[in-house]
Amino acid sequence: MFVVRRSLFVLINMIVKRIIPCLDIKNGRTVKGTNFVNLRDAGDPVELAKVYSDTGADELVFLDISATEERRKTLSDLVLRVASQVNIPFTVGGGISSVDDVDILLKNGADKVSINSSAVKRPELINELAAKFGSQCVVVAIDAKYIDGEWIVHLVGGKVPTTLNLFDWAKEVEQRGAGEILFTSMDNDGTKDGFANEALARLSDTLNIPIIASGGAGNKQHFKDAFTEGKADAALAASVFHFGEIPIPELKKELKAQGISVRI
Amino acid sequence: MKIVIIDYGAGNIQSIKFAIERLGFTATLSDNPEEIRNADKVIFPGVGEASSAMRKLKESGLDSLIPELQQPVLGICLGMQLMCNYSEEGDTEGLKIFDVDVVRFRESVKIPQIQWNSITSLKGPLFENVENNEFIYMVHSYYAPVTDETIAVCEYGIPYGAAFAKANFYGTQFHPEKSSSTGAQILKNFLEL
Repeated sequence: MFVVRRSLFVLINMIVKRIIPCLDIKNGRTVKGTNFVNLRDAGDPVELAKVYSDTGADELVFLDISATEERRKTLSDLVLRVASQVNIPFTVGGGISSVDDVDILLKNGADKVSINSSAVKRPELINELAAKFGSQCVVVAIDAKYIDGEWIVHLVGGKVPTTLNLFDWAKEVEQRGAGEILFTSMDNDGTKDGFANEALARLSDTLNIPIIASGGAGNKQHFKDAFTEGKADAALAASVFHFGEIPIPELKKELKAQGISVRI
Repeated sequence: MKIVIIDYGAGNIQSIKFAIERLGFTATLSDNPEEIRNADKVIFPGVGEASSAMRKLKESGLDSLIPELQQPVLGICLGMQLMCNYSEEGDTEGLKIFDVDVVRFRESVKIPQIQWNSITSLKGPLFENVENNEFIYMVHSYYAPVTDETIAVCEYGIPYGAAFAKANFYGTQFHPEKSSSTGAQILKNFLEL
């Protein structure tokens, strides 16, 4: 037993943790402001993506929140432009609800897609995507809130509660073929008080697919805690990166100094 | 130089095309046997599930063409796995170029492996100007064990083959097109073989 525990411990330390900036996109433009001084066009997701890939981001997530008729075409055009400029993996999410949606995004160069509400509404979509494109392409995003002692899955950016329990839904998602889970705690999101490490650790302990932590990043220590206490495989954040509060090279240097495996 | 990326409906070929373009070359996507046979360099990509990818190769007759190619061929990810003898995934007979069987990671590690892993024990021209322990991007659930044909090693619970070479055939389990500057160097090395 001692030997098994020890080898697991070594393995957890060995996994190289990923730092993932998330870019919110509306009509092909970044939504939240940035204060990168060297950008010619701060609203251009491609320029921002390139800055991140050049400064050590391990992956990128583009979350499309457009609600226009042309959204599909705008998004697939953007994916093509990102793929032409960026040499690290990226995930695209937002409004994806069919195999055809995913097909065009992957063909244009996205590495993974992230689905959320559409998976709750029709869980078979996860099976269909995993069978057609492979589990490694399928990230299921789960937004949850802690209510009366239970983590409840929410939809529409946390506005609409479901009857699903986070851990039950996460297990189902894994069984249906998801390759990764992107868990956002609605209680932590925007607080800058740190990630929901207890829930993250429970997800990591009960599932055998990588878990991406999201919601609550405010300082470098929060990332370290998400990787150690939260046992997350990757950590995602938006504003702390976009506003330069935590430069990624400094974050990775600090994580490495604290014994976390990162790519530098 | 004529570079052809085999387009058989399996994989993120657009990213490979762009990565080649960033190096100053151009690449053609094709499933035409004549065009593939006449290329100077052939890239054999692959993402997805082994048995369905193999079925697509067979439908277009590419399964018999690829092992006969004489020019440098680079298989990437599932492409590399299909160049092996056999894959446990979907009980799939491979192209039998690399003399090794592809097996699934054991449940003591998270599956799929999705991380930047570091490569060691580098051998040969594919890794010119690449140092031991540089990072490359890995995403996979099945792996080929280390053999005599292994030219780079990674570790995920156990050591396994990150790249293979035999005569004019090369294969990488990782995605050079997604592996930042290290990946670009490896792709450049292949194109300059």
